[in-house]
Amino acid sequence: MPEEYVVHGAEWTVKQLFVYPNEYIYWSIQIVMYPFMTGLVAGAFVLSAMYHVFGQKDLKELARFSLVFSLALLPVAALPLLLHLQQPTRALEPLLTPHFTSAIAAFGIVITIYGLIVLTEIWFVYREYFVTQIEVLKNETGVLNALRRVVYRTLTIGATDVSDAAIRADHTAAKIMAAVGIPTACFLHGYAGFIFGSVKANALWMSPLMPVIFILSAVVSGIALCMLTYIVIMESKAFWQRRQGSTLEAHEIRGAEKDVINKAARFLVIFLILAISLEILDLIFRGYTAMKSWDILRSVMYGKDFMNIFVLQYTFGNLIPLALLLLPGRTIKRTALAVLFVLFGVFMMRWNVVIGGQAFSLSFSGYMHYEIPIIPHSMETLKEGVVGALAVIAAPFLILWVLNAFLPSLGREVEGTK
Amino acid sequence: MKWHVLHPLWVTIGVIGLIILGGRLLVPDDFGVHGRNFTYGYHRLGSIQDWKDFPVKYQGRDSCVQCHEENVRLNSASVHSAIECENCHGPAVNHPGGVQSLTVDTSRELCLRCHAQLGYPNSNRGSIPAIEDRRHRRRRDCSTCHDPHSPKE
Amino acid sequence: MTCSRRDFLKDAVSTTAASILPLSAFVLLSTEEAKAAVANSDARYAFLIDTNRCVGCGMCVKACKNENEVPYDAPVTRMWVERYIFTKDGEIHIDSPMGGRDGFTDNEMYGEEIDPDDIVKAFFVPKGCNHCDNPPCVQVCPVGATYQTKEGVVLVDREWCMGCAYCIMACPFGARYFHPVEKVADKCTFCYHRISKGLQPACVQSCAFGARRIANLKDPDDPATIIITTERVAVLKDLYGTKPHAFYLGLDHDVR
Repeated sequence: MPEEYVVHGAEWTVKQLFVYPNEYIYWSIQIVMYPFMTGLVAGAFVLSAMYHVFGQKDLKELARFSLVFSLALLPVAALPLLLHLQQPTRALEPLLTPHFTSAIAAFGIVITIYGLIVLTEIWFVYREYFVTQIEVLKNETGVLNALRRVVYRTLTIGATDVSDAAIRADHTAAKIMAAVGIPTACFLHGYAGFIFGSVKANALWMSPLMPVIFILSAVVSGIALCMLTYIVIMESKAFWQRRQGSTLEAHEIRGAEKDVINKAARFLVIFLILAISLEILDLIFRGYTAMKSWDILRSVMYGKDFMNIFVLQYTFGNLIPLALLLLPGRTIKRTALAVLFVLFGVFMMRWNVVIGGQAFSLSFSGYMHYEIPIIPHSMETLKEGVVGALAVIAAPFLILWVLNAFLPSLGREVEGTK
Repeated sequence: MKWHVLHPLWVTIGVIGLIILGGRLLVPDDFGVHGRNFTYGYHRLGSIQDWKDFPVKYQGRDSCVQCHEENVRLNSASVHSAIECENCHGPAVNHPGGVQSLTVDTSRELCLRCHAQLGYPNSNRGSIPAIEDRRHRRRRDCSTCHDPHSPKE
Repeated sequence: MTCSRRDFLKDAVSTTAASILPLSAFVLLSTEEAKAAVANSDARYAFLIDTNRCVGCGMCVKACKNENEVPYDAPVTRMWVERYIFTKDGEIHIDSPMGGRDGFTDNEMYGEEIDPDDIVKAFFVPKGCNHCDNPPCVQVCPVGATYQTKEGVVLVDREWCMGCAYCIMACPFGARYFHPVEKVADKCTFCYHRISKGLQPACVQSCAFGARRIANLKDPDDPATIIITTERVAVLKDLYGTKPHAFYLGLDHDVR
């Protein structure tokens, strides 16, 4: 009796030589996207904390933006998992029956706590703005404005005191939330690294360095994304203002500010060097100790994945951006190009870990090639293909656009925020 | 002390309360640590009975002999005695109740599973009389000359 | 000092959540507990697989698929048979076409014919879930959808599994897969539905050569148990520390 069935993974896995019958690339593009997106979340938050906690005044403008962006990215971190699960209706189970011996269960708890921390910090940062907006909108007419007033009213959760003492309390509280949020963001992404690093069955993943490498490259990607988005948005705003013959003075049309970019770039370089050092250390150790898996790992890394690892990730994703950022005469444009390469490099790192770890069989005697579905022809190839990945990439920007209507975070028009 | 700073805390407690309430409602009552410890025994107890209730398909030789005495007797006295009837005839399930007649698979491929000459030294395969598929009565069912229940001549 | 109570609460929650994982390593994997739990049961099942007897007929794979409703033509299987051919040039050729479901009826492998005169050594290795004593697949399940019974059998709760595939990635033996119809993780259940009625697993019953047997390690009179305890047996991938309970006779060092 023929049944309608789908062997998950068979669609995009090509096996070569001896691979166990049940082996397929089960963790495909969405599992590459998920640590990439959580990395951006963690990194954006840490960048914001640089200002709130460590008082890096130059980062003030970027800090506000990266905090809101961190919030926009948060639901998107869970989206790839929802698309990947074979039973997405059971997605809440890690919160209902968490099996704490599993890194994924811990993730469910940590992301909930982290989400609450980010929301709380944003609340403290924007509370004064909400209260002033309620006043401003009193004088406006129209259904939309009335709706916005209701939203702001709700968002204040009954705390409408905007005296100096209250605002000072807000500032202190935001600082505390940012401080608590840093280790939480680290756990959030450390657990993603632990998810892979603790799988002893996978010769490429098993390593105590995995959580550390993941955290460091997450911070790298978060800073890079915030810098890139900041540059793009500020420069295009300035561009349009000039185009429209703005009445503002020349020095008031601001593009991306140099001090902000320089400070952020310095942090980026530090974390980038740390991340690449650990990755190379891992590689050297594997080659030196030459465990049973080394033969097949070497043939994968120096053979079919050479382009992915050494050219795309190490050269384009690390060496070239380092050169672009460190060579004298750095311009905004050059920085933008560098962070673009950095983001690409971090993505390739996730790809090389997830897909690379499944490029060889558990038998150490065969290979699996990943052929990502481009044109979807079924739910599976839609969710776990290029279309699904693009949806995940586009989502944070859409959410940011919606959030920006209530939590404006760029430019000088934002009155009444920290 | 500006007490308004605690408002997000109440919201947080509310959210955690909702999650715990959700758990009470959605998680089956028999879910917990059963057996060894949390690591290896955290599950829904009812799952064990679910697996015990899984329907049995293969009945075994003893159920075949009740009606097919002749063939079973022949088979038991032959070199094929160790082979279960259902290996070749498929699972009985509740035959003859649900399934009227089981397949009689007379294909060459079935016999070649054991009787194809592979030439492996030191393999138990060598103890089975074997043919080279290409060279022995090609494309004909083995059962045209050999009785599967009692194959010697 | 403002907000000290809220501060403390938030810190306490996040610290607790974060500490659970490292602390659990000391508590949850203790061998004393394992021994105690096993002492509470009157059975501990294990497989005894004799590769000296296996002829590669594949009847076990066919029986397993039929008995356990794994779609017959789907390229996934609860148990499978691997073929190893060692040729004179020092190469090792390994395959398992459809898991050995149709047996091995010729010497063709990956489109090339292997000449029997070149063969130095060849054998078959049946494999499946090892129902380990420290199953890494159970350890990594985030929701408690897979577990080990008191008889040592590792099972999956189909009603609860959310299909994240972490257990599939964690199994060093490749025993798990996604059931193509049920859309949850699946694997050998030791034919739990049969052994709990005193029947043998489908693969054991269908093996005409006695290459697959089961043992109740808690029964000292079980002939298979006697073999496991008195003769030289091996397990697969011992270094992973999972304590597999599929014991092999005649396991070659080159078996993957």
